[in-house]
Amino acid sequence: MTAAVPMENGLLLAAVLFVLGLIGVLARRDIVFVLMSIEVMLNAAGLAFIVAGARWHQPDGQVMFLFILATAAAEVSVGLAFVLELHHRFKALDVDAASEMRG
Amino acid sequence: MTSAFYVSGVVAVLATIGVVTGRNAVHALLYLIASLFALALVFFTLGAPFAAALEVIIYAGAIVVLFVFVVMMLNLGPKSVAQEREWLRPGVWIGPAVLAITLMVELGFILSHGRRPGPTIRVVGPTEVGVALYGPYMLGVEMASMLLLAGLLGAYHLGRRHRSGTDAVDGEETRRGEARLLETTAGGQKGEDR
Amino acid sequence: MLSLLWLVPALPLLGFLVLTLVGFRLPRLGVAVIGVGSVALSCILAILAAASLLMAPPASHSYTQILWTWLRVGSFAPEIALTLDPLSLVMIVVVTFVAALIHLYSVEFMAGDESFRRFFAYMNLFVASMLVLVLADNLLLLYLGWEGVGLCSYLLIGFWYKDPVNVAAANKAFIVTRVGDTAMAVGIFLLFTQLGTLRIAPLMGRAAEQWPVGSGMAVAAAALLLGGAVGKSAQLPLQTWLPDAMAGPTPVSALIHAATMVTAGVYLIARTNVLFTLAPAVQLVVAVVGAATLLLAGCSALVQRDIKRVLAYSTISQIGYMFLALGVGAWSAAIFHFMTHAFFKALLFLGAGVVIEALHDEHDIYKMGGLRRQLPLTFWTFLIGSASLAALPLVTAGFYSKDLILWQAWSSSIGSAWLWAAGVLGSFLTAVYTFRVVFLTFFGDAKLQVSKKPGMAIRIPLVVLAVLSVVGGFVETPRFLGHASLFTELMRTTLPAASEAVGRAGDELTFDIIAASVMLVGIYLAYLVFLGSPRRFEDVARAPSVAALRRFWFAGWGFDWLYDRVLVQPYVWIAHRDRNDVIDQSYRGIAWLAAASWRTLSRTQTGRVRWYAAGIAAGAIIILAIVVFRT
Repeated sequence: MTAAVPMENGLLLAAVLFVLGLIGVLARRDIVFVLMSIEVMLNAAGLAFIVAGARWHQPDGQVMFLFILATAAAEVSVGLAFVLELHHRFKALDVDAASEMRG
Repeated sequence: MTSAFYVSGVVAVLATIGVVTGRNAVHALLYLIASLFALALVFFTLGAPFAAALEVIIYAGAIVVLFVFVVMMLNLGPKSVAQEREWLRPGVWIGPAVLAITLMVELGFILSHGRRPGPTIRVVGPTEVGVALYGPYMLGVEMASMLLLAGLLGAYHLGRRHRSGTDAVDGEETRRGEARLLETTAGGQKGEDR
Repeated sequence: MLSLLWLVPALPLLGFLVLTLVGFRLPRLGVAVIGVGSVALSCILAILAAASLLMAPPASHSYTQILWTWLRVGSFAPEIALTLDPLSLVMIVVVTFVAALIHLYSVEFMAGDESFRRFFAYMNLFVASMLVLVLADNLLLLYLGWEGVGLCSYLLIGFWYKDPVNVAAANKAFIVTRVGDTAMAVGIFLLFTQLGTLRIAPLMGRAAEQWPVGSGMAVAAAALLLGGAVGKSAQLPLQTWLPDAMAGPTPVSALIHAATMVTAGVYLIARTNVLFTLAPAVQLVVAVVGAATLLLAGCSALVQRDIKRVLAYSTISQIGYMFLALGVGAWSAAIFHFMTHAFFKALLFLGAGVVIEALHDEHDIYKMGGLRRQLPLTFWTFLIGSASLAALPLVTAGFYSKDLILWQAWSSSIGSAWLWAAGVLGSFLTAVYTFRVVFLTFFGDAKLQVSKKPGMAIRIPLVVLAVLSVVGGFVETPRFLGHASLFTELMRTTLPAASEAVGRAGDELTFDIIAASVMLVGIYLAYLVFLGSPRRFEDVARAPSVAALRRFWFAGWGFDWLYDRVLVQPYVWIAHRDRNDVIDQSYRGIAWLAAASWRTLSRTQTGRVRWYAAGIAAGAIIILAIVVFRT
């Protein structure tokens, strides 16, 4: 094939997406949105792996991406179960509502 | 190919911004799906068709659908949109933005070293990935399956409904708590009802 | 017999232990028997050991008995070892003999006191410590004895502790001597680090080999040891504690503050005479200190009203004579004077005790009078003691010892005419103040009636000491009077002889006659002023300049005032400023800091997930920064 995109650009894209996800995690108060932002971050990490794998022409990048996918799936299922529990208990989806520690 | 990469990249970034700043949960999820699709395309341009397929099927097709289910179950309506508007004042973004920008600058600095022209793309197909998975990464596969099992059990346990009273301990507490709640409210109206 | 040397200090120590641990079960008689018996036995053993040493002298004229090794740290292994040589021989015989007599006296004197047992326990401990000090083979053991006698002095001065005045006097004694003790300790450290041993005989040998005459080390070591001696022996500038120490019972004053403890400094200097010979400047300081002190104390004794305070200042003055002797190289003369002084000073104190008790605890001599007829035995023994103190020619022990010192002060190669003149003037003052007391107390009209006459336990010591005050001097007479030199001969093996000066003419007879006549003039003056026509002199005494001088001398030349201004007031001022205790604040500051950090750190536990996520992000940023920017 033709000369492709430099690896750094791919990683840069991954970095941008990761940082955006981070902003979402830190700034949003609704739990569902926080979880969504975490998914964005995981995705960005996966992208970084794929880029690396493409650089070296090896399947290892995709393999890692698969594992990240599996992790994300498990995490989402448990996380959303938590969301339901939280909603049932506090009648609100505020992530700060569950803090009983007085700092 | 390269232009596809850059275009998809821009789309992904814009869609992600939509996810992060959205007020309506369902709209945000739709933006997320768009972002995931764009990323799948990026994977494809990088010569990883299998990953692209998986991204669409599992991520956009299962995980985001899970999100949609939960959002629907929670029945978040216009009330939640208004609340989100209240919570997302401009001032809220400052702190996270500072941290994020600092991190971005560092990452950019790291990545700006050693710029070399990109290598050629060789498509790494599913066969190769499969061989790698069931070869050197065998153990990882087994662990991933165990992780999924754990996730399954956790979700099951956490997601059990208590109101039906089938759960002996929790149901008992809930019923007692509810009874007490009814009593106090009834007691408040004592003069009128009893 | 010599192998029983260890019993000499051990018996009084055993007496102390028995009296302390089981003494409260014993009747008065038992306590007295143990108290007096232990010291008496010790005295007998000391005399036997002395005889043994003198009749069959070992090669180096000294006998060392090593009991056990005290401690062992690297190359430092001091032992509990006792050395008997002529110097320590004289010391232990005198100390135990006088102590035994004073213990016997105390049986009757302290008979009415409720703390009878405690008294004898402390006295026994004191005798044990003093014997350890004198018999010690090395400086560390000597320091142990030194501290022991200091402790017992404190305990016994403050014996009647319910009265805060006594306690204050005890504190003063301890603290002032502590200053000297510290100097001495530093001196011992110096000697050990420089010369590697603390055993006295090898130490002196090494010092003579390694340190040239006048070297800085020798001067430093000698000066520090002199500091210790000055403290314990109540010489300038640490003499302020002894007059106040008279707050203790009279036997204590007799034993500790007249005969034994205060002479420990003299013993120390005599023992380490090699060091002082190596540091002539310090030896001169010893002589000057002695001369100055004897004059200062003599003047102060002249105007005191309390009979015991007169004797206290007299003690300071007489020890000044001993220091003077040491300073001019007359080592054996100093020890000779110590011996005679122990006899007559103890006698004078015991007699004063009888007078005080007989007059219902009256100390003021101006309120006494005419006791000659009421207490005849006391009068005669006191008179003999006073004569010996004033050095009445030919018939008293004091004459021989004091005039020997005066002669050596003139004739020694490091003596001088000034020192001799100071000594003679001091002799004059001694005669005046001594007979002032005699005339005011025993002569004249009786102002108070005697209530209690002394019994046998008091009379025997008085008589024995009186006899010794007369015959004790005959062991060392001048050339023109038979030239007995038993004492010098005895000391020859341990103390070097005083050197004779060239070029200072004079012979002993002339100087003795001068000294004797000065002394007789003094007695006559005392007679005139205090007995003959007191009224004439009272007008003189009332004149403002004389009265001011009297007040100045009465206050001991203002040393207490000086020390109060220079040392006590600044210290109290600092303590006041430090009321909130700066050091304590730093500890509290640490606690406060811990609490403050707790408060700050617990702020970070907000319980909010986003806060924790931000923490993780910040941590990641920092670590990335470190990794990236380290290169």
